[in-house]
Amino acid sequence: MIIKGKVHKFGDNISTDLIAPGRYFHLRNNLPELAKHTLEDANPGFIKKVKSGDFIVAGKNFGMGSSREHAPAIIKLCGVKAILAKSFARIFFRNAINIGLPVLECETEKIARGDELEIDLAKGIIKNRKKGLELIFRPLPKVMVNILRDGGLVEHIRKHGGFQL
Amino acid sequence: MGKTISEKIITSRLGREVTAGDIVIVPVDLCMVQDGTGPLAIKQLRKLKRGGALSGPGGAVDCGIFAPEKTIIFLDHAVPSPRKELSNVQRELRDFARETKANLSEIGEGISHQRLVESFVNPGNIVIGADSHTCTSGALAAFATGMGSTDVAVVMATGKTWLKVPLTFLINVEGDFPQGVCAKDLILYIIGMLRADGATYRALEFAGKAVEKMSISGRLTLCNMAVESGAKAGLVASDSLTRAYLKERGREKRYKEIKADKDAKYERVFEIDASKLEPMIACPETPDNVKPISQIKAKNVRIDQVFIGTCTNGRIEDLRLVAEILKGRKCAPGVRLIIAPASRQVYLQAVKEGIFEILIGAGATILNPGCGPCVGLQGGILADNEKCLSTANRNFKGRMGNPNSQIYLSSPATAAWTAVKGKLSDPRETT
Ligand code: SF4
Repeated sequence: MIIKGKVHKFGDNISTDLIAPGRYFHLRNNLPELAKHTLEDANPGFIKKVKSGDFIVAGKNFGMGSSREHAPAIIKLCGVKAILAKSFARIFFRNAINIGLPVLECETEKIARGDELEIDLAKGIIKNRKKGLELIFRPLPKVMVNILRDGGLVEHIRKHGGFQL
Repeated sequence: MGKTISEKIITSRLGREVTAGDIVIVPVDLCMVQDGTGPLAIKQLRKLKRGGALSGPGGAVDCGIFAPEKTIIFLDHAVPSPRKELSNVQRELRDFARETKANLSEIGEGISHQRLVESFVNPGNIVIGADSHTCTSGALAAFATGMGSTDVAVVMATGKTWLKVPLTFLINVEGDFPQGVCAKDLILYIIGMLRADGATYRALEFAGKAVEKMSISGRLTLCNMAVESGAKAGLVASDSLTRAYLKERGREKRYKEIKADKDAKYERVFEIDASKLEPMIACPETPDNVKPISQIKAKNVRIDQVFIGTCTNGRIEDLRLVAEILKGRKCAPGVRLIIAPASRQVYLQAVKEGIFEILIGAGATILNPGCGPCVGLQGGILADNEKCLSTANRNFKGRMGNPNSQIYLSSPATAAWTAVKGKLSDPRETT
């Protein structure tokens, strides 16, 4: 599958508190409302700039901190089709896969805000045609590929009754 | 080949040999959600059961859970509820617990991680919680790790999860702590050394003479903050102190000796001399921005609010230490001191020991057991440009409810002495 979109760039250590601030805890049962505050403490106005099909590109340790799955969930609700980062925090990474949001580990230095990327999820290649840039992202363990392919963990378990390692 | 504590626990629960790097499906001994992550877990559980491979006979929707006695619903984050949306959520969680017969830990009983070790976790258990600080229970030699709501929903439905057996960093701590320096200073030092992502996917094993002598309370503080270096788990071998801790809580029979083999294979080994440590402060806005107090004191950092509590440092041992420092003293003018015991058991014990008389006398406001202002929901939200010194584990921007405020982290001793002095201060000056 090939996805195309525009880049929103972030730095290192973007915490789940920055993605889904605790002060909106009462909105957790109302994800569309919570999504209006996505990343608001890291990049005010992000929600106005982001368009369906865009990508988030960040430095290292994206999603550090709490286990709140609401963080990847609202990023997905904003229309973001994949997150690319040098590295991810473990729980966030797992959560994103579980809700069917591709998270790709790769060198992100050469990707800039506004760049247009083309990502081939099956081949693991990221292209920036204008800049003539081609990047390879680290392959996922098979169980995660399977979960992603089924559209998330709920669908995966519904289909197979358990994990397919 | 020798095994680390993680490899031992997973090998034993699986009934076959595993080593770091293996991806396995494991049986889960305890799983939990809290009031922030529970509603989404329930939603996912219902979806899981609808019409798929897990639905009942004839495709019937069966919303039962795999093992109610191994499932715990904690109401601890926003308690008592500060607003109606959360009251509704909490009612939903109560209803769910009643319908499924899962354990319910009501408001006022305390923070999940404290309640887990007080009443549920035993050495050798595999514990999966929808809360990142689930790693706290590793202090009792359990393999405990945080996951998200959907992962825990699957555990609730099937009793199992998948995981990768982690590589391990051994943190070997020798020497005696100087007066005024404790487990919290050690773990802050370690997080500063490893950095916020330095142990991602790894388990941290804490060992050495200083850890062997350390109380369970101190070990819980160490394991609690393992996730602040990105680690999947923090672990301490079980020993006579673990056994005594379980015995006091009527679970001596559940004691099991679990320790790493002498020839266990570690990815990295860190040697730390506790006698060389000094009180540490994590400065805004990440827990790995750690500096020794001597470097900060000169900067004269005024503090508006001191918060003592949380799953990191809200235990009776912490409150005793704070009371010792505050005895006969008063908080500095302009400093709000807020204290929240980690659990009802801690609360009661502190009442019995007369600790609150001292704390209140010094000017403290005592909150009910729970997370308090740690995650910015209630009980001490900071004003713009205010500075807080907290004994919690995180100081991210906006963590305590206001992105325009700043949070410093320290030990309870440093926090108490800072409340007295009104600015970041060195607890070694108390004597
Ligand atoms: S005290 Fe703070 S860190 Fe601990 S569980 Fe509660 S909110 Fe999380």
